[in-house]
Amino acid sequence: MADRTAEQRVALARRAGRPGTADYIAHLFTDFFECRGDRLCREDPSILGGVALYYGRPVTVLGHRKGKSLEENLTCNFGMPGPEGYRKAQRLMKQAEKFRRPVITFIDTPGAYPGLEAEARGQGEAIASTLALMSALTVPAVAVVTGEGGSGGALALGVANAVLMLENAVYSVLSPEGFASILWKDSARSGEAAELMKLTAADLLELGVVDAVIPEPEEGAHTAPEAVYAAVDQALAAHLTPLLKIRDCAGHRYQKFRAMGALAASGREGL
Amino acid sequence: MDNHLFLQRRERLMALKSRREGKSPQVRAVAGKCPGCGAAIPKAELAKNLYVCPECGRHHPIGAYLRLSLILDPNSFRELDERLAAPNALNFPGYDDKLKALRRATGLTEGAVSARGRIDGRECVACVLDSRFFMGSMGSALGEKVTRAVEHAQKYKLPLIIFSASGGARMQEGILSLMQMAKTSAALERFSRAGGFYISVFTHPTTGGVTASFASLGDITLAEPGALIGFAGPRVIEQTIGEKLPDGFQRSEYLEEHGFVDAIVPRGELRAALARLLMLHERGNRRG
Ligand SMILES: [Zn+2]
Repeated sequence: MADRTAEQRVALARRAGRPGTADYIAHLFTDFFECRGDRLCREDPSILGGVALYYGRPVTVLGHRKGKSLEENLTCNFGMPGPEGYRKAQRLMKQAEKFRRPVITFIDTPGAYPGLEAEARGQGEAIASTLALMSALTVPAVAVVTGEGGSGGALALGVANAVLMLENAVYSVLSPEGFASILWKDSARSGEAAELMKLTAADLLELGVVDAVIPEPEEGAHTAPEAVYAAVDQALAAHLTPLLKIRDCAGHRYQKFRAMGALAASGREGL
Repeated sequence: MDNHLFLQRRERLMALKSRREGKSPQVRAVAGKCPGCGAAIPKAELAKNLYVCPECGRHHPIGAYLRLSLILDPNSFRELDERLAAPNALNFPGYDDKLKALRRATGLTEGAVSARGRIDGRECVACVLDSRFFMGSMGSALGEKVTRAVEHAQKYKLPLIIFSASGGARMQEGILSLMQMAKTSAALERFSRAGGFYISVFTHPTTGGVTASFASLGDITLAEPGALIGFAGPRVIEQTIGEKLPDGFQRSEYLEEHGFVDAIVPRGELRAALARLLMLHERGNRRG
């Protein structure tokens, strides 16, 4: 794998032209049928979802959509969902469970949208209930962090039995700019923040937050997308196959997330 | 094992800790000049009024032990996971020192206190976030404490009450802080599917990852008057949309109007409201 600073990976993860959810759906799946709308309020294009075949098996696919052109970026709100996006995701996850389909998600968002209407319609509640629902799904779920894994807005699609991550993707509690501005009141120190935050795929593998890192072409995913589709396909199939045999997928997922920070927290008990 | 002497000792300890909270610098500052109306309120009067400003009704943040002493029956308090603390898992510079300083200043080991106790004779598990400790931000230990409180309630078939007050993520714990959102939500979902009863109480201020996880998953959701409750903080929203936010935006009353809160309950009525809710959801009162 290429030797890069965290800051360089942040730039690659955000780079225009990097394959996104729509590309992965087009190249890894067949017969994709997009399902729109949350049935409550509106359609939120910043989350793309539907049903497709993966190696002949029906699956529910969901992911953040940033859009390819400026026009699409604006329609998709640069991949920053509102509550309606998460409620659509919930609707699709419930159907996946009903029809016994595995759930596959692609994560690529700067974060859930911090806007007035989003708050008015319960952004916090929408994310919380998505986390709760996804955690208890009785069908297998695999998540792939493909670009930016920004905060709770990313995690809402990430409570999966297996979490995979592209080599130059990043996943963090908030953006390095936000981190630097909160901690040092200086968003220009984002490079320094990126190093401290442990947001690279290698760091997260070590922390046990992701299960596998998917290598990218030397110069990044955008330089040879076909190779990336093949690598993601291979990793996805390798992680999904054993999950199809697990009887208690919800229990498996619970134990995985239950362990996050648990050992760390009990390490100093008796302080 | 629970003999009378033990209970008395625990009670004295809680009383000591809540008295200490009544003397904290935050309380002294509020007494000097209420941030809501500017009035100077004698400390004793503020304490008598449960730290609600008698002039403007502003509900000032209070410490976790003080909160517990206001809602639990006398001699019923038993703290859970008292010594649970998080190490500096990411080796974040300066984090250890800051933790140490906060522990000294507040008498808390982490930003939440969990306890088992009774309200009007009904047993429950209560977990209280304390904004004096890193703004009640959710690190591994806080997430673990909340999760253990949920699991304890599930194991002993008790109702659960969580008082939230949080600035969001614990920056110094990075991604591990984020993962606590999944962990706590997953535990509550299990608890819920097992028939557990959970009351979430929003207090001022609750934002970020706590709003977007356990605080928003109550069977019943209460809020203290005037509390700031949101996912994104008001400043971030203003920067994003480039406008000033309307008055009352993200306050308890706004959330109630938009359908996210069952009831706004003033501090002085909270104990009675909780007691009634526990009675209404008592297992003996359930059919089927
Ligand atoms: Zn006042």
